[in-house]
Amino acid sequence: MMQLDRIARFLAAPVLIAAMMVASSGPLPAQVVDTLRHAGAHDMSWGRETFLISEVLEYAPSGAGRPVNYDLLAWSGGAVNRLWAKADGGIATLGGGMHGEYQLQYGRLVSPWWDAQIGVRVDQTSGSGTSATRFGAVAGLQGLAPGWFEVEPSMFVTTDGNVSLDLTVSYDLYLTQRLVMQPRLESAVSLRDEVEFGIGRGLSSTSFGVRTRIEIRREFAPYIGVVWDRRYGRTAEFARQSGAAAGEARLVAGLRLWR
Amino acid sequence: MSDLRLSSRVSRRRFVTTAAVIGAGSALPSPLRAGQLDPELDAGLGPLSPVPNNVREYDLTIAETMVRLDGRNAKAVTINGTVPGPVLRFREGERAVIRVKNTLSEDTSIHWHGIILPTDMDGVPGLSFAGIRPGETFEYTFAINQAGTYWYHSHSGLQEQLGHYGSLIVEPAQRIGPAYDREHVIVLSDWTFESPYRVLSRIKKQPDAYNFQRRTVFDFFRDVSRDGFSAAVSDRVMWAGMRMNPTDIADVTGATYSFLLNGRAAEEPWTGQFMPGERVLLRIINAGAGSHFDVRIPGVPMTVVQVSGQPVEPVETDEFRIALAETYDVIVQLPDDRAYAVYAEAMDRSGFAAGMLSRSAGVVAALPSRRRRPLLTMADMGMDHGAMEGMDHSAMPGMDHGAHADTVAVTSAGVDHAAMGHAMPPKAAAPATDVHAGHDMSAMPASTLRAPGTLPDETPHGPDTHGVGNAMVPMSTKSRLDEPGVGLGEDGRRVLRCSELRSAEPWADFRAPTREIELHLTGNMERYTWAIDGIPYDQASPIELTYNERIRLTMVNDTMMNHPMHLHGMWMELENGHGNSSPRIHTINVKPAERVSLLVTADAIGRWAFHCHVLYHMEVGMFREVRVSKAASGHEGHHDAA
Repeated sequence: MMQLDRIARFLAAPVLIAAMMVASSGPLPAQVVDTLRHAGAHDMSWGRETFLISEVLEYAPSGAGRPVNYDLLAWSGGAVNRLWAKADGGIATLGGGMHGEYQLQYGRLVSPWWDAQIGVRVDQTSGSGTSATRFGAVAGLQGLAPGWFEVEPSMFVTTDGNVSLDLTVSYDLYLTQRLVMQPRLESAVSLRDEVEFGIGRGLSSTSFGVRTRIEIRREFAPYIGVVWDRRYGRTAEFARQSGAAAGEARLVAGLRLWR
Repeated sequence: MSDLRLSSRVSRRRFVTTAAVIGAGSALPSPLRAGQLDPELDAGLGPLSPVPNNVREYDLTIAETMVRLDGRNAKAVTINGTVPGPVLRFREGERAVIRVKNTLSEDTSIHWHGIILPTDMDGVPGLSFAGIRPGETFEYTFAINQAGTYWYHSHSGLQEQLGHYGSLIVEPAQRIGPAYDREHVIVLSDWTFESPYRVLSRIKKQPDAYNFQRRTVFDFFRDVSRDGFSAAVSDRVMWAGMRMNPTDIADVTGATYSFLLNGRAAEEPWTGQFMPGERVLLRIINAGAGSHFDVRIPGVPMTVVQVSGQPVEPVETDEFRIALAETYDVIVQLPDDRAYAVYAEAMDRSGFAAGMLSRSAGVVAALPSRRRRPLLTMADMGMDHGAMEGMDHSAMPGMDHGAHADTVAVTSAGVDHAAMGHAMPPKAAAPATDVHAGHDMSAMPASTLRAPGTLPDETPHGPDTHGVGNAMVPMSTKSRLDEPGVGLGEDGRRVLRCSELRSAEPWADFRAPTREIELHLTGNMERYTWAIDGIPYDQASPIELTYNERIRLTMVNDTMMNHPMHLHGMWMELENGHGNSSPRIHTINVKPAERVSLLVTADAIGRWAFHCHVLYHMEVGMFREVRVSKAASGHEGHHDAA
């Protein structure tokens, strides 16, 4: 039973994203196809696309539990209205722990550079015989700030009333036309303790990574990097109590893929 | 310039090509012959034979065909089996009957670019007709009452990127204008081995997917050592602050494109023959889907005699930019029997097309080296126009300013050069007329319109009302017809400017417009949301014109890209300061932050297309229907807009 539960969690993100892609690119009714074809092929509109990217998909041989970490993002829709799916988490290859945050959101382009997003989020964590799940509503922004910074602030309100704030900022620095260094900062703030998740109130954690990828094709870019994680305050205390470190630095190797 | 013998590899291939054409093709390892061409595109135009009853007929078959392009096998959409399609030739006054058979598994169409004809023969699916369905043959029939260099292409989907284009040449009823001894047709184009639908999808997801000329960290260090730290930093901060990329010159680049001249890449060049001392007319057409070309023949001046198929007063130049869908006729006189290169560099310098003018196919000229990719400037954001103008002039020693001094736009007073970089509109410039707020178009009373054939004033841009599909608006916009364009005019060479063009004959009827329609060209590169006034075609209502009314069509480019805008069915007279000698054109390339106006007499009833000729911009909605209809009785249409 426990095993099934773990498998389900493991598959949650890929299944969610795959379902989205099938839903968006599934066969159109024959009548619609016929109309499109004979309208002269031009619909001459901003159109519809489905995009999937692994911003992070990496293995950290020196990290605690030797984790595979991921940050996947998908959207489907037009230039203005999009359905977004996000999965951010990690799976330990030693010791069997995992954690993940899964989001499904509706997003609307509210300025040339910013999507406003609202939807649902599920967080899961498991390890050393315990597991926990929390649900809630999530709202946020995603876009490009002046300076070409990719910025993604969001607010998560759980069903039992906790509020947490997350911020991700990244920047692409072109060393050459194909070699791109990406500093990336993720931080989380919680208004309450979430003991089951090992989160204390206040600024709970930051993760700062510098990854350098080589774009063999634009869509296919292996990378290596260094990531520094830090936990703060009561979050750090919870970590120490469970025998983990308050912070770690790890080397990572991964693949940035999109289609 | 020195002659170079081609390597034996190419010479042999050329020999094989010749052998194949005369029927010995069975010896070839592949059934595909390099660069098979329509004979008249290959050898130049011979005399045009007369036709019975003044009706000239062509049969065209649209098919998916394996052809040889840039050294590789490619599946193209061909017209009678070749890329480009055949040269269609007519004499002015003839009647064209062209049967187009569609053997594709999808709809197709042919639009006769620049030909004035009835609306149902214009070939735009959804506006002119329903398109040509698979297996169907459509008969186009129309009278040809004009002469010059034109072209034709598919108006269905992205077929134009797949090779569905060709040249259309109309001999004048009576030869007038500058004399020439020989004529060649030169069709420039771009080809990608990727599916164009895939190309569009990629740039919608990652807009700079094909830009391999970005500024890198090393460029930054170089700029620091050249310009100093603070200048290099403030330049980066300015561009990044606007979320604009100064290297964003073309969406689709040489990273995927093979640039073709008459269907051939530069490695295996098309060769046009000539005799020393002959005056050779080159009819140059840009049939690309995404590339502007800068054309020159190193060592030889060119005399421009036609633009958009229409005769202009001859202008001598060393280089000219040919935007998508434009045609230029130039006359060159080659003094000796050496080979000369026709060199067409892509605007973003990511590649080039080249062909040869040579006494024989094996003799080629050395090709010039590619220039470094240009960067967009403050002027492309509608800032610092005044300083830009000054820069141009100083950078162009030897330009004949005097002859065209009347065309140089007078910059409105009050542009504070010191304020460059700060988004403050010039205070003393012309009063802002909010002619586009919230509307696709709107009317201005005739009394306020300036004289026909004059240049628009510099105008500060009002608030951005173009919605989320538009990234930014320029601080102010003005005529840039006297500027050569990004990346040109900086190396001492003479470059053609639109302000130098004058119609060969002044127009007898050069009425003043009765209203002005102002359209803003908009887009957000990050979202690939190209549009007009922020509204893509699928959400837009038509631009309504009353039959025979005379309008001023003003276009304002709010984006940082060049947009070659094409109006179907009616001529546009480009108001470049020459009054009733304004040149008549079918396509106008609107530069970033440019304000340009054209006069249009709505003399053709029907539903016409008006769009950007960057194929991918059109495909995402930078397109409008222009509907010309008779005024309803008792109603003066838009004339009573006072």
